[in-house]
Amino acid sequence: MTVSNNNLLEIKNLDISFIQARGAAHALRGIDLTISSGEILALVGESGSGKTVTSMSIMGLVPTPPARVNAGSLLFKGEELIGRPHAEMRKIRGNEIAMVFQEPAKYLNPSLKIGEQITEMLILHLGMSKRQAVEKSLEFLDVVGLGKSRRVLNAYPHELSGGMKQRAMIAMAICCNPSLLLADEPTTALDVTLQLQILKLIRSLKATFSMGILFISHNLGIVREIADRVSVIYAGKIVESASNKALFENTLHPYTSALLQSIPDAKKRGHRLRAIPGSVPDAENIPQGCSFHPRCALASDRCSQEIPMTKDYGNGHSAACHMVQ
Amino acid sequence: MNRFVEIVNLEKTYYGHGFFKRSKNAVKAVDRVSFGIEKKSVYGLVGESGCGKTSLVRSVLYLDPPTDGEVWVDNTLLGGLKATELRSFRRRMQIVFQDPNSALNPKMNIQDSLEEGLFNRGLDNSRRKELVTRMLDLVGISPSHSTRYPHEFSGGQKQRIVIARALCMEPDFLVLDEPVSNLDVSIQAQIINLLQDLKSELGLTYLFISHDLNLVAYLSDQIAVMYKGRLVETGSTDEIMGHPMHPYTLKLFSSIPGMQTTPAADDFTAPEAAASGGDKKPLEGANVCSYCDPCPMAGQECRGQEPQLETIDGSHKVACLKLANHN
Repeated sequence: MTVSNNNLLEIKNLDISFIQARGAAHALRGIDLTISSGEILALVGESGSGKTVTSMSIMGLVPTPPARVNAGSLLFKGEELIGRPHAEMRKIRGNEIAMVFQEPAKYLNPSLKIGEQITEMLILHLGMSKRQAVEKSLEFLDVVGLGKSRRVLNAYPHELSGGMKQRAMIAMAICCNPSLLLADEPTTALDVTLQLQILKLIRSLKATFSMGILFISHNLGIVREIADRVSVIYAGKIVESASNKALFENTLHPYTSALLQSIPDAKKRGHRLRAIPGSVPDAENIPQGCSFHPRCALASDRCSQEIPMTKDYGNGHSAACHMVQ
Repeated sequence: MNRFVEIVNLEKTYYGHGFFKRSKNAVKAVDRVSFGIEKKSVYGLVGESGCGKTSLVRSVLYLDPPTDGEVWVDNTLLGGLKATELRSFRRRMQIVFQDPNSALNPKMNIQDSLEEGLFNRGLDNSRRKELVTRMLDLVGISPSHSTRYPHEFSGGQKQRIVIARALCMEPDFLVLDEPVSNLDVSIQAQIINLLQDLKSELGLTYLFISHDLNLVAYLSDQIAVMYKGRLVETGSTDEIMGHPMHPYTLKLFSSIPGMQTTPAADDFTAPEAAASGGDKKPLEGANVCSYCDPCPMAGQECRGQEPQLETIDGSHKVACLKLANHN
């Protein structure tokens, strides 16, 4: 496999809709993302904005039908993922692209020991023997901070705490040494102190294994902590992309700045929070023109008619808004 | 007892099953907790999951009567009330739960859900309808939607409805158990603004529970930090946010994304048990500081004696032997 450039994953104009009896739900409306090795790209958005569809489509886990890929391409190491046969996708999934889910309790099999779940991957993908696989999984448990303990290997998921489960799940995801890790809100279900530890772990993985990581979250505080670059998604469209520093210090899109302003903290005490009125539009009826215009404080007539194009504002900072000069 | 809500030495022990194992398997979820809430103020309670926040709240509302201690609400001792009196007193204390999806009955429309409690108050039909309409209006749900079912609303709307249901009883004390942690960021701000408006409009007193320090700091007048069933630090928001003192509070603060200060927090391999506030304290061996194992400052004395909340200055109290010795 030759890598044409240093982009590990290139998503170009990906457009996915779900066909339902009551009409099509336009989940992704042409998104562009690139991730290179050893980089954490954060995808930020509210629920229903298309974050999970993005990660699932990278994994090839979006069922078609009901989903339909209208346009676009997903290049992983320069090769197209869309339309790959299932058998080939199975070899890539878990092996080269791995995923960590939001709720470890939900995605671990409750009736199998942790050890069995980790070794299964190694035996299937890397053709290891049982004994080798056990040795290897102990190694990875150590990497994720659970120590080289057989106790964890022999434990069922319910015997572990939430943080330990998430670590076990990360161990499972990285044991085949994937080049791309998709982390879908990996810390949302965890306590603040554990959250920090898991973030540190993910950052250290990036450094030691030079993985590309797609970090999906709705928490801008966490994103600021961990990401190299950030893309903000709203109603199936990327509205702003920038490096971490540029996004937080020189916010362009009104949606991003509204999100930042709505976060409570001690400094805003006594003042009302600047909440965004209304809620995220359904994927079935996305407003005409700019999808954010009904909730936007700056919206003009133009915004309700014309879909804004994504414009580049230098240094990889791009935004899709008519009102940004 | 001039404060509106006064909690004195509250204890909640969950006993094990069986006659002989009863106290062997017992866990103390809430251990001698005392605090008071001024009328029309917001009291924030912070702690990680499993530290006893929800047990404490259930005991305060007598949903799960405490094993020991006193709860006074508006100069009434809840433990001294008869069951029927308590039932009618409960009208004045309501709770808003974390997950609006499971707090609303999916088989009842909104009107019925909201009216249910009003039957208990013995209100007639027209009075009930009027109250439901007024409360829905107050939380920003169009009363014309009252015949809809919970699944027809978004998460934020459902949380508004749950708040409206609590308000229908016209309470003066409202317990908010992580009311926004299941909601999106932009919706969170809407609900928080709503809660603040309601408080000033209706003169409510809040006990606000959350693990989000930013949120608690924003909303509360007083803050208490809880660890393994005990309050380790209490004080006004300015005191706690300005000079956090207890090592556990410091650790919590350093875990807020974007606020890392202590190098100790860098160690992601720290043992889980030490990191989580999840382990409940067994009844025996209670004579140590509950935070002595993960604590970076712990010394010999921390294992031989249990620290009590001691006043640092003003309303700021800390339960730490190390800090007490310095003063």
